[in-house]
Amino acid sequence: MNLRRASIIGWALLGLALLLAALGVCVGSAGFENLLGPLLNPLRDPEQYAMAHQIVWDIRLPRTLGAWAAGALLGLAGALAQGLFRNPLADPFLLGSASGASLGVALVLAAMGGGAGTLGGAMMSDGTAFSVFGTGWLVRLGLTGAAFGGAVLAVLLTLALSRGVQHTLRLLLAGVVVGVVLGAMTHMVLLWSPESMQAMQAFMLGSTAFVGWTACAVMAGVWLLASAAGALLARLLDGLSLGEATAHSLGLPLTSMRFALVAVLALATGAAVAQTGLIAFVGLAAPHLVRSVVKTTHGRLILLSSLMGGVLLMAADTLARGLIAPQELPVGVLTAVLGGGYLLWLMHRGTRGGGISL
Amino acid sequence: MNSIAVNARSIRARLGNVEILHGVSLALPNGRWTSIVGPNGAGKSTLLKVLAGLLPHQGSVELLGQPLADIRPKKRAQRLAWLGQNESTADDLTVWDVAMLGRLPHQAWLAAPSEADRAAVEQALRATQAWDWRGRTLGQLSGGERQRVLLARALAVQAQVLLMDEPLANLDPPHQADWLAVVRALVSKGNTVVSVLHELSMALHADELVIMAAGRITHQGTCSDAATHRALEAVFDNRITIHPLANQWVALPN
Repeated sequence: MNLRRASIIGWALLGLALLLAALGVCVGSAGFENLLGPLLNPLRDPEQYAMAHQIVWDIRLPRTLGAWAAGALLGLAGALAQGLFRNPLADPFLLGSASGASLGVALVLAAMGGGAGTLGGAMMSDGTAFSVFGTGWLVRLGLTGAAFGGAVLAVLLTLALSRGVQHTLRLLLAGVVVGVVLGAMTHMVLLWSPESMQAMQAFMLGSTAFVGWTACAVMAGVWLLASAAGALLARLLDGLSLGEATAHSLGLPLTSMRFALVAVLALATGAAVAQTGLIAFVGLAAPHLVRSVVKTTHGRLILLSSLMGGVLLMAADTLARGLIAPQELPVGVLTAVLGGGYLLWLMHRGTRGGGISL
Repeated sequence: MNSIAVNARSIRARLGNVEILHGVSLALPNGRWTSIVGPNGAGKSTLLKVLAGLLPHQGSVELLGQPLADIRPKKRAQRLAWLGQNESTADDLTVWDVAMLGRLPHQAWLAAPSEADRAAVEQALRATQAWDWRGRTLGQLSGGERQRVLLARALAVQAQVLLMDEPLANLDPPHQADWLAVVRALVSKGNTVVSVLHELSMALHADELVIMAAGRITHQGTCSDAATHRALEAVFDNRITIHPLANQWVALPN
């Protein structure tokens, strides 16, 4: 029953993602414009076709798919975090990993930038541009690596401060403290490197505006890797849900499993943050939304949360583009507002059962 | 077959900075049911965790004649099953999935459950009368029902030694009687059962009693032995008395 329900939801989320992708390529600074028509009928108006092709292929399609990939990574990271820490509040942001990833990106940007600011970055001393939104492979992989390192350090710091994962309130407070401290350090780095300030500001508000095909490819690669790792570790998470002592008694390799899961969690968060900046609450909301419609094992929960995260961010991104067109709302601001409200609702519901109780 | 299932020598264990066990030694006979009893804070659950290899400690523990520390985790898990207190957060898993987790020590990484695994899970769920809810999630069950499912998970391991910490929590009297029948059936098949119980009258159904106070064992003996009864009364400051009732022993407050 649950298996059938899970597969129906999985297919529905994939279908929804396709619909949103079609909608996403039609929404821009001019609001909704039907670009699919000219694309599907190239012979009717070759000029319009060429323009639509350029807009869709060069800008909107990578951006839309990038939003899905970043959301899928954050949803996957959220499901892994909640299973690993056996805590419904665990989320890449609330554990401080996103702030750590952001600090990693700021450090790289400050280290590389030496001259006049460019769009989203800095001019290096040899005259080449280094941008936080640059599309080169080395730039994207370098930023992903830095974000990954920062995310790992932040999670370890949160765990050390909270002395384990058993106390929800302590974990939450430790995550908030680490997030604030690392956020402050990011700002200090930016003060030291003012030419990076403007780029980092857009980055810290969260945006898919500069996601190109390279960023998409990086996120897709990391998503495949993280999904495979999630599938490999899912049964261990099921075992861990029986409790620390029981999982140990079942012979599960808890220490190595935790290291592997923290690494996958940090890699997924780091890859998403490095390409799109800070986008809050998708990682928290996606697993909760999945659990509200189907109760299932971690294997299926991780995959469905990932698909849900992709759909959520894609929908938020499309909304952010069209809501106050021609102005664009940073998608991170929108998810923070919507996700914050959702978290408050979960906590409120927790007092009556079924939600989060601290 | 070893006559001793678990042999512990000079066990010292701490929780934080406080030493809970002060050099405990005991030998638990194989194929028997031993209950560990004592007042709150005596160190019963801590001792059980040490015997299961779940808590760092000084001293040595042997499982079926082999040092516990030398047994690979998976092998240890096949020989020794554990049922703890109020640990589970597996509310989203079905009863079947939870019981199947008991088969993890027998399964290869990522392998699908074998026929033997399915048979063991079905047997365990039927033994605890949880078979009819196998499609429900743990979150949909009452406290007592959950406890029966978690017992089924421990039974599904099919280990030689089963350690249980307060397994009767949330069980109503009829299901306590069912639990007793399950334990009796295990022992009759040659399994070893060790339980920490605070229901003294249930504990007196065991073959052997280990009585603890303040981190030490004050007595170990058979439940029918008058010396065991006196030791049990003494450890509770003679505020209880052991009485015979219908071929059994019951502990009543004075």
